[in-house]
Amino acid sequence: MYLYDAIDREFLTDRSNEFRHQVARRLAGELTEDQFKPLRLMNGLYLQLHAYMLRIAIPYGSLNARQARRLAWIARTYDKGYGHMTTRQNIQFNWIKLKDAPDILDALAEVDLHAIQTSGNCIRNVTADPYAGATAEEIDDPRVWSEVLRQWSTLHPEFSFLPRKFKIAVTGALTDRAAVKVHDIGLILRKGRDGQIGFEVIVGGGQGRTPYVGPTIRSYLPSEHLLSYVEAILRVYNRHGRRDNIYKARIKILVAALGAEEFARQVEEEWGKINAERADLPAAELARIRAAFAQTRFETLPAVSEAFEAARAASPALRRFARNNVKPHKQPGYAIVEVSLKAIGQTPGDASAEQLDVVADLAEHYSLDDLRVTHAQNLVLPHVKLDDLPAVHAVLESVGLATANIDLASDIIACPGLDYCALANARAIPIAQDIARKFADPDRAEKVGELKIKISGCINACGHHHVAHIGILGVDKKGEEFYQLSLGGSGAEDASIGRILGPGLSADKVAPAIDALVEAYLHIRTGEERFLDTYRRVGLEPFKEAVYAQAD
Amino acid sequence: MPKLIKLDGDTAQWAQDVFTHVADDDALPEGDVILSLARFQAEGEILLSNSRRVGVRIEPDQEVEALAYDLPRLSVVALAFPKYRDGRAYTSARLLRERLGFTGEVRAVGDVLQEQAGFMVRCGFDAFEPNDGATPEAWTKAAHRFRHVYQRAADDRPVAFEERGA
Repeated sequence: MYLYDAIDREFLTDRSNEFRHQVARRLAGELTEDQFKPLRLMNGLYLQLHAYMLRIAIPYGSLNARQARRLAWIARTYDKGYGHMTTRQNIQFNWIKLKDAPDILDALAEVDLHAIQTSGNCIRNVTADPYAGATAEEIDDPRVWSEVLRQWSTLHPEFSFLPRKFKIAVTGALTDRAAVKVHDIGLILRKGRDGQIGFEVIVGGGQGRTPYVGPTIRSYLPSEHLLSYVEAILRVYNRHGRRDNIYKARIKILVAALGAEEFARQVEEEWGKINAERADLPAAELARIRAAFAQTRFETLPAVSEAFEAARAASPALRRFARNNVKPHKQPGYAIVEVSLKAIGQTPGDASAEQLDVVADLAEHYSLDDLRVTHAQNLVLPHVKLDDLPAVHAVLESVGLATANIDLASDIIACPGLDYCALANARAIPIAQDIARKFADPDRAEKVGELKIKISGCINACGHHHVAHIGILGVDKKGEEFYQLSLGGSGAEDASIGRILGPGLSADKVAPAIDALVEAYLHIRTGEERFLDTYRRVGLEPFKEAVYAQAD
Repeated sequence: MPKLIKLDGDTAQWAQDVFTHVADDDALPEGDVILSLARFQAEGEILLSNSRRVGVRIEPDQEVEALAYDLPRLSVVALAFPKYRDGRAYTSARLLRERLGFTGEVRAVGDVLQEQAGFMVRCGFDAFEPNDGATPEAWTKAAHRFRHVYQRAADDRPVAFEERGA
């Protein structure tokens, strides 16, 4: 992992002091809420329905044990004992008092964490494949490039007042676990014909009220030019992105209005004028950052673990866990372990202080002090020895974290919704809980197979409903919560935007409708087809019929 | 009228403002003036030839490249912030300094707050008309709040990676 040096630490101290000063001015009445708002937003502090919400950056979703324990401590000390993982690999605390915020930032800075650029119209926390450095699929480690971008974008003097927020995601693998095609910039590491490494550059994807799968504006960018090229993209956007209408201000609107080809032409033209020597990262600094991530020391182990095989043979629960939550690792004898924060009936993505502490211990003892947050609101222990899987599973089970449902119907993404969020039109959490209960029988969930259900409580789409196999959007209809279903979306490498199924449903009709969709799918699927594949083969009609015939 | 703060090295100080901001429908006063781009394009040639100093005010939707050929004769380019959240002038400032090589005064006008000082100075602004009552002391402090920077810009501050390499 990348470790902060004295420079990174002094920077955080300065940031923390600046914010303490600003909060003091606000509490003394020297700043009005209007004047204070943009300042607190630059530090991830939102005013929500019931309290302040603090969003803490987890750069590329990567934490060490000490950091995870500090988050647990914050949950216990300043919140109601839990935190909420977001769809951008961050963590949010929902019950923060303004007067505590500076102390929290100090406590975070002590473990190299912060809330810089977790909100506001700036370049947000960069996200990446949560299997980075662990999956055999990857061409290069996306954390290296995410860290390069993190530093470059931190308090960027030119790009801190963009037309709108700006999100970048990076993956080094063909399987896209970072939703790169629905980001403002998505970067996919590619191997060039010359054997060198570069990026496919995707710009103008997004969700919200106008969802787009982003077009590729450059199929291969030599990796050493990443910063100059991203600077060119941001400069074109900063100059020409719309500022007259908040709903049309994201870069996707500019790209769509110009057309991808013309946008790409403008970027290339700007790029040609940039002095790359000054704008690109020096090779020595890249090497320093790369070395920090290359320090993972794996043991040489046999590919098969007798201890694990014996334990698995004896335990149906471990078998189920291994089938759904354990993924192949690049290093023989190791596995990637997904820790589901989607226990049936729980709030998706919430982790209690106790759970965070336990996972921190597991990361320290069994995963080379490495823990990840996924955009699907789960956690990952990226480097677990197969020999240790039985022990890790047992510990997870003891704190309710062994739910074996990764990518199954009960692994639902949900935004905080009307239970917390000032923007929401409808609740998301209780809907997710209702649906998950329908799939509480793990045999049934496994029989259904991969099914990504995602719920947003409003059109801003924080719950990624546009790119769900089954998407659910909460809307307000004359003061009543209604839910619009869409099918066929994907946020992965086969990205697509879902299509609306039909008229909205009242809250109590949603879970039965999902049930009906799944039954229809089980009836018409062939072979190994996932729900998404079946939908793509047969279209909306059979599903429409299943839901609305049943609803009548 | 807002008072003018100018950078003298790393320190911000009060400065006498010898320029008059002239609106498009105002009669032209004596002395040094700052004009809109449109008025400069119409009347600039004559004004520059009668030995007064001229500045041009650029709105966020106007491209500084339009001034490319006139820059050597201009004393001031005033970049407007109609709202402080409108960040286009930061790009304009960097282009003036880094691409067009402008060495005259780059002045921030409009909704100019001390919270922006660090960003502005890094992008090449060296004169400011703050509208939040900021003093030069507050401005200097705000501009230097961070001991380190992570990226190259129009200033000559060493970037974190240069400090590390040193």
